[in-house]
Amino acid sequence: MTEPAAQPPSAESIEEITRSASAELDSLADLEAVDQWRVSYLGRRGTLTTVLRGLSSLAVEDRRTVGALANEAKNTLEERLEERVRQINEAALTRSASQDRLDVTLPGRPALKGRLHPTTQIVREICDAFVAMGFGVVEGPEVEWDHYNFEMLNIPKGHPARDMWNTLWVDYEDPAGEQAMLLRTHTSPMQARVMEGREPPIRVVVPGKCYRYEATDATHEWHFYQVEGLAVGEGITFADLKGTLYEFARRMFGEERQIRFRCDYFPFVEPGVDMSIDCFACDGNGEGCRICRDSGWIEIMGAGMIHPKVLEGVGYDTEKYTGFAFGMGPERIAMLKYGIDDIRHFYANDLRFLQQF
Amino acid sequence: MKLPLSWLKQYVDVDLPAQELAHRLTMAGIEVGEVDVIGGWTEVFVGRVTDVRPHPNADRLRLCVVTTGAEEMEVVCGAPNVAADQNICFAKVGANIYNTHTERQEILEAAKIRGVDSQGMICSAVELGLGDDHSGIIVLPDDAPVGAPLDDYLGDIVLDLELTPNRLDCLSILGVAHEVAALTGKTVREPETSYEESGAPIADQVNISVADPDLCRRYTTSLLQGVKIGPSPQWLQDRLTSAGLRPINNVVDVTNFVMLEYNQPLHSFDYDLIKDHTVIVRRARPGELLTTLDGEERKLGADNLVIADANDAIGLGGVMGGANSEISNGTVNVLLESATFDGTNNRETAQFLGLRTEATLRFEKGLRPELAPIALRRATGLIQEVAGGTVAPGIIDIVSDAGIDAPVVPLTSAKIKRMLGMDVEPKQVLEVLDSLGFTWESTGEGDLKVTVPYWRNDVNIEEDLVEEVVRTIGYDKVPTTMLSSPIPFQQPVPIMDLRDQIRDYLASAGVQEVINYPLVTLQQLEQVEHLDPDALPLRVANPMSADREYLRTTLRASLLATLASNQGNGSGPFRIFEAGRVFWPRAGDLPEERETVAGVLAGLRHETSWLENDSLLDFYDAKGVVELILGRLGVNATYEPFNDPAFHPGRCAVVKVADAVLGMVGEVHPVVMERLGLESPQVAAFELFLEPILAALPESQRQFEPLPRYPSATRDLALVMPSDVDAGQVTRLIMRHRGIDRAELFDIYAGENISEGTKSLAFHVYFQARDRTLTNEEVNRSLDGLLKTLERELKVTLRA
Repeated sequence: MTEPAAQPPSAESIEEITRSASAELDSLADLEAVDQWRVSYLGRRGTLTTVLRGLSSLAVEDRRTVGALANEAKNTLEERLEERVRQINEAALTRSASQDRLDVTLPGRPALKGRLHPTTQIVREICDAFVAMGFGVVEGPEVEWDHYNFEMLNIPKGHPARDMWNTLWVDYEDPAGEQAMLLRTHTSPMQARVMEGREPPIRVVVPGKCYRYEATDATHEWHFYQVEGLAVGEGITFADLKGTLYEFARRMFGEERQIRFRCDYFPFVEPGVDMSIDCFACDGNGEGCRICRDSGWIEIMGAGMIHPKVLEGVGYDTEKYTGFAFGMGPERIAMLKYGIDDIRHFYANDLRFLQQF
Repeated sequence: MKLPLSWLKQYVDVDLPAQELAHRLTMAGIEVGEVDVIGGWTEVFVGRVTDVRPHPNADRLRLCVVTTGAEEMEVVCGAPNVAADQNICFAKVGANIYNTHTERQEILEAAKIRGVDSQGMICSAVELGLGDDHSGIIVLPDDAPVGAPLDDYLGDIVLDLELTPNRLDCLSILGVAHEVAALTGKTVREPETSYEESGAPIADQVNISVADPDLCRRYTTSLLQGVKIGPSPQWLQDRLTSAGLRPINNVVDVTNFVMLEYNQPLHSFDYDLIKDHTVIVRRARPGELLTTLDGEERKLGADNLVIADANDAIGLGGVMGGANSEISNGTVNVLLESATFDGTNNRETAQFLGLRTEATLRFEKGLRPELAPIALRRATGLIQEVAGGTVAPGIIDIVSDAGIDAPVVPLTSAKIKRMLGMDVEPKQVLEVLDSLGFTWESTGEGDLKVTVPYWRNDVNIEEDLVEEVVRTIGYDKVPTTMLSSPIPFQQPVPIMDLRDQIRDYLASAGVQEVINYPLVTLQQLEQVEHLDPDALPLRVANPMSADREYLRTTLRASLLATLASNQGNGSGPFRIFEAGRVFWPRAGDLPEERETVAGVLAGLRHETSWLENDSLLDFYDAKGVVELILGRLGVNATYEPFNDPAFHPGRCAVVKVADAVLGMVGEVHPVVMERLGLESPQVAAFELFLEPILAALPESQRQFEPLPRYPSATRDLALVMPSDVDAGQVTRLIMRHRGIDRAELFDIYAGENISEGTKSLAFHVYFQARDRTLTNEEVNRSLDGLLKTLERELKVTLRA
C-alpha cells in the first residue's frame, strides 16, 4: 500500500471515511475480513490513522476542530468494530447451536423420590394449625399405666365405659397382682400427664400412636394415630372451644367451612360433644355425596369441657380453672382430604400407596 | 338398640317425620344409626284364604280363593303351608314386590300359571322384604283386619340407636319416650301399674332377707298364684321379636317386655320350687355350684351374688336365673323379683363367669332403686292380664341403708355462664328441666336445686345439668369466641424437633418414610439382633394374633419385612426409612421408649433410565445418607468397623462421637437376607439413635466462621499403603496435619503396577493459611512433614 497523498484532512473527508468504512464493515461476514478492515482503517497505516497524522499540517484553529472530529470518528469506528465482532460471534453460536439438537422427548435423569408418610404430613398440618393459635406440641409414652389411660380420666376399674376402649394389655402385673400396663388406647392420658407437670395456663396438642384390641376393616385399624388437644386456664368456656375448633376446621378444610356440634359422651369431659364440618365435597348439600354419605356433614372429632374429676385428680382448683379438650384421628382426616377409601392402606406400607402423597 | 316407632307411639305422640325425629335425637346425644322402613307397600292387603283346591295341571301348585272383604280373587300358590281360613298378606295385581325369579323389585302382573289365571300373589317374607324365609307364606293372626292395607297393619319404622354407655335410660322404650317428649314438646303416657289383689298377703307366704345389702340396695317381690303358663298373646310376642328377643312363655315374656319398657330386669321363680319359701340374697359360698337357665353348671366365687332358698342358690342375682327354680309349663305360683343390684359387682360377676346378659347390660351401669317397685307392679299387673291368677296383697320391699333418695344437684346461672360462655334465660332453663322430667326448687336468684328423675342414672353433678340444658337448646346457640387468655410459653421439645429434622433430611435425600406396627414376633427380633434371654422384650398379654405379640426393640425387623413385601412390585430403587420408638423393658416401670430412625436401601441405585447404568445400592449409599444427616446436623462422627449379628461381618460400621454410639451402618448379613427372603444381592441399612445424637449436637448454636481471604494451594497425592490400612485412618492423619484445610479422596486403586498386598489412595489436599497466601516453599515443607508422618504412623508412602 502506498502512502496516500498528504492532503490536508478536512471535516468532509473524515465524514466520508467514516461513512464508507461503516458501510464496508456492515457487509463483512467473517472475522478474518473484519480484521483486514480494522487494519485498513484503524491500523498503524490505516486510512483514519493517516488522517490523524496529517493534522499537524493544519492551521492551529482548524487543528482543534478537525482533530476532535477525527478522534470522534476513530471512536465510532472502534465501537462499530466491536459491535460487528460481537454480532458475528453470536451469529456463529446461534448457527452452531441450531445444529446441536437433543431429543427433548426423552425422559430426564431420574431424581430421587422420597416423601413423608401421609400420616406424618397430616399430623404436622393439624399441629401447625393449633401452633398458630398458641398451642405447643408435646408427646407421651405409647406404653402407659392403667392409671393415666383410665383412672385419671374418670374411668375407674369396673366402669362400664371401659368397654369403649378395647385394650391390649402388657404382660405385667403390679405388686397388687393387677394388670396395670397397657398400650395406650388414646392420647388422652397426656391430659393428666401435662396438667400434673405444670400450672395453667396450658395449651397443648399431643400427637401420637394409639392401639386397640379391634378387628380391622376399611374404617378401623388396631394401630392408629390421634391428635389430642387441651386448653386449661381461667375463664375458658365452651364458646372458646367452639371458636378454636372453628378456626381449625377452616384452616384444614377451607375458609367457608361451617361447624356443628352434637351431644356425645366421653367420661373425661362434660359437656361432651362431637364436632362435624359441613361436607367440603358437596358443600353441605348431601344428596348423593359419597364423602358425607348424603348427610351434608362429616364427623371430625370428639371434644368437651374437661370433667371436674379430671381437674381435681391433678390437684387443680375447679373453682378457678376450666378447660376444654378434643381429640381426632389424623388418618380419618387424611382419608377425607385425599379420598382414601380404606384405612388399612396406611400401615400396609405399599410404596405405590405411600408415594402418592 | 332397635326402636320400633309403633311401640314408641304407645307412650308418646310422634308427629315429626322419622328422619327429623332421628336427627333431633342424634343431635341431643341419642345417635340414630339407621332409620329402617318396614313396609312401604302399595296394593298389598290383609287377605283371607276362603278355599284351597288342587291345581288341575300341577301337583305342587294349588288354587286359592282370597277375599279382601270387598273383592274375591283366585290365585295360584305354591307354598306348602297355605290353607283355608288363614289370614295372609295378599299382593294385588299392580303391587310393587320383590320377584324371587328376576331378583328385582317389580310390579306384579296378572299371569297364567300352568294354564290357570292368577290374579295376585300370597306373599312370603321375601316378597315383602320382611326376611329371608321363602319356605312358605306368612300366616297372619286371626284377628288381623282383613281388607286393611298391609302397611297399616305390619308397616313400621325402626330406629337403630347407637347408644353411648352413659345413656342407659335410652336402652328402654320409656326412656326414649321421655327424650322424644322433651325434644318435641309432648308428654309421656306412663303404662298402667295398678292391679287387683286378693287372698293372703305376700308377707305371710314368703320369708325374704338380704344378707349382703352392699350388693343389693333394694329387693322387691310380688306373688302371683294360680297362673296358667302358656304362649303369650301375639302382640306381646311381636314386641319381643321386634326387639330381638325370643318369646318363651307368658310369664317370662312379661318380665322381658317390662325390662324393655322400663330397663328394670325382672326375674320370675316357680314359688313352689323355693325351699321353705325362703329367699336369701347373699354372696355365694366359695365353689358353690349353680346350674343357670342356659343349662351350664357354674362354679361361683365368693364375690358373686346369689339368690338362694333355705338350702341352695336358685339364681345368680342380676345375671341369670337358676334351672332349679325355673318357670315351667306346670308352674302355678310365681314369685316375681325386681331388685337393684350393685353395678360394679354385677359387671365383675359377668366378666368372671363370661356371662353377659340383657340383665347385666343394664345392672352394670347402675339402675336407680326407685325403679324396682314401679317395674314390679307393672309386670305383676301384666302377668295377671296374660296368664290369669290372683295377686297376693302387698309387695315385699327391702331397702338397704344406702336408701333410695333421688340425687339432688345444684344448678346456678353463674355456673351455666362460666361453662358455656353465655347466659341462658332462667325461664328457658326451667322449661328444659321440666321437659326432661327433672323437678326443681328455687334456692335464690337463678339458683336451683334439681332432683333427677328415676330413669336417669347419668346426672350427678352440676356440669351434667349444664349439658342437659345445652344439648336441649342446641349447641348452635352458644357463641363462637377465641381464647382470650395470654399464650403460655411453650417449652421446646428437642427430641421431637430432631426427629422431624431428620425426617425432612431423609425425605429430601430421596428416602421414603414408612410407618410399621410396633408389635412383632420374638422370632423376627431374634433374626436381627441378639436378645438377652433374661431381659426379653415386653409381651402383650392378650395379643390379637401370634404375629403381633412382642413390642419391638429394634426397627430393623419390620423395616426389612416391609422391604421384602415391596420387592415383589419392582426392582427398586427401594429407599425407605422409619422414625419410631423401640421399647426397652425396665423392671417395675414403663419401658424406655427410645426414638430411633432406621432405613434400608436395596435394588437399583437409580430408577431404570437410558441415562443410568444398572448399578445396585450398597453400603456406601447408606453411609452417604448417614453422613448427610449428621453433616447437616453439624455432628462430626467417626465410623469404625463393627460386628453386629444382623450385619455383614466385613461391611458394618458403628457410628460414634467420642465413645457415644450414635448408630450403625452396614450391609445386611447374607444369612439374615436368606431367612427374610430378601432378593437383592445386597441390602444396605442404617440405624440411628436419637438421644445420643441429641447429646452430640454442637452445644451452642452454630457460630459463623469467616471465609478464607487467601487462596489455598492444592497438591494431588497418590499414596501406597498396606491393604489393611483403612481410608479413614489415612484421612484422619492428613486432616490432623497443620496447615491442611481439607482432603478429598478421589481414587482407590489396587492391581497392576503396584505391589501385591498394597493399595493406592489418591487425594486432593488443600493447604490454607488464614493470614496470608502460602508460598510454594511453605506448602512443600508442610507436605514433606505430612509424608513423613504418614510413613511413620501407617507405612504410607508416595506412589512412585
